[in-house]
Amino acid sequence: MPERTDDSKMTATPLTRVLGILGIAASVVMAVLGLFISPPDVVQGEAVRMLYLHVPSIWIAYGSFVLTSISSLLFLARSKRREDSGRHYDRLAGSAAEVGVVFTGLTLITGMLWGKVTWGTYWQWDARLTTTVLLFVTYLGYLALRRLPADPVVRGRRAAVMALISFINVPIVHYSVDWWRTLHQKASLSVGRRPEITGEMYWTLLYSALTVTIVGAWLIIHRYRVIRLEEIRDEENLKMLISSRHQEKPTDSTAAGEVS
Amino acid sequence: MLAEVLLLARKDLRIERRAKVAVGQVAPLTLLIVVVFAFALDANAPLLEIGAGGLYWVAVLYGGTLLTQRAFEIETEGGNFDDFKMSPIKAQSLFLGKSLSLFIQICALELVLTPAILLLYDVQVAEWLLLIAAGVAGAVAFSVCGVLWGVMAAGLRVRSTLLPLLLIPVLAPVLLAGSRAFETALGIRADAGWSWTSLMFVIAAVHTVVGLAAFGFLLEES
Repeated sequence: MPERTDDSKMTATPLTRVLGILGIAASVVMAVLGLFISPPDVVQGEAVRMLYLHVPSIWIAYGSFVLTSISSLLFLARSKRREDSGRHYDRLAGSAAEVGVVFTGLTLITGMLWGKVTWGTYWQWDARLTTTVLLFVTYLGYLALRRLPADPVVRGRRAAVMALISFINVPIVHYSVDWWRTLHQKASLSVGRRPEITGEMYWTLLYSALTVTIVGAWLIIHRYRVIRLEEIRDEENLKMLISSRHQEKPTDSTAAGEVS
Repeated sequence: MLAEVLLLARKDLRIERRAKVAVGQVAPLTLLIVVVFAFALDANAPLLEIGAGGLYWVAVLYGGTLLTQRAFEIETEGGNFDDFKMSPIKAQSLFLGKSLSLFIQICALELVLTPAILLLYDVQVAEWLLLIAAGVAGAVAFSVCGVLWGVMAAGLRVRSTLLPLLLIPVLAPVLLAGSRAFETALGIRADAGWSWTSLMFVIAAVHTVVGLAAFGFLLEES
């Protein structure tokens, strides 16, 4: 299947515009719910409101890294069989990883601010914080590998292997609070365990997760398109350079060379 | 396969013996780091004693990264990977052979660094067996991780900056486990030194399995 190069599909479509507007509207409602409607915590007081951004951010980061791993696996499986080298999987892996890194960074920043209020310090070398920062740096390395000047398919295949190895860190980060003694609290919501929070706080957290998912999906779609547009630009530039080279008049020396 | 592994490891070690990069440059540089740490901490004896384990592993991390870079430079400079691809040598043998030669070089580096730490930072060994086991475990983990991530950066123009960026986050748990195990071995604090040593062996085992499975594929792309 030939690579799709229809530029009109590369910019916003009505569906993504709706998704973007929905993301903005949902974020406003999330801010109202998180800042005004949900009650303060008995122990943490107003500081608990950081939960509604901090927890969904890391969930979306995990989700993005899962998407990166699945796309990388598909890219590795299909890159040798398909005519177009399955590069859309590579693009999807890259865009999801970028969004994952942004949300991991956001988790670290909100966590540090929350930590200052509740623990009295921005940073503690505890298992959850340390493994999260390692996850962040590992995926920064992955993004650095993706930006290297090399054949796109070769680079993509190396990056895909790295993405699969890097994913080992995700369950380590998530379960670090259970495996080690840490200052960080246990997971607020966990499969097969009673939620740590209830009522308005519980619903606000779920709503925040939905909102951040919409924003994350919108960012991944647009980042995918920007990567494709960059590729089209590079291809066009290369074609232009080749054609301008062909149109160059031969210099005296090259003309003489051709005659001889 | 064992013969191939030993042959490849011997080849790397012979190149190193002739070039003397590890002995002439990497070992003195890591010793310099140990001394510089003392300057940075204002030669504060109690502080150096407490931090001896961690400072030792930071020096190993730095020296080991340089050795890993060197292990792949000797292959990419001469285009040797293309020769390997055409030769009947298995990719797994290459992975294990390079890991073995890197392991021996890191062990040699540790043999230089350990007395330096003991003398300069004035620390006493409480458990020699643990100290040796942790040193070996760290070297094994470092060498297999180094070779796996080294091939990922091999052949790329910016490999000298890319390799540390890829390798150091992966080696951070080894640094942590090595530091804790050394602190127990040096009697700085009573901790689960053997558990931390086991963790390093587990990290090494995981990377060995991944390396054996993926090295051939990564070599094809390098």
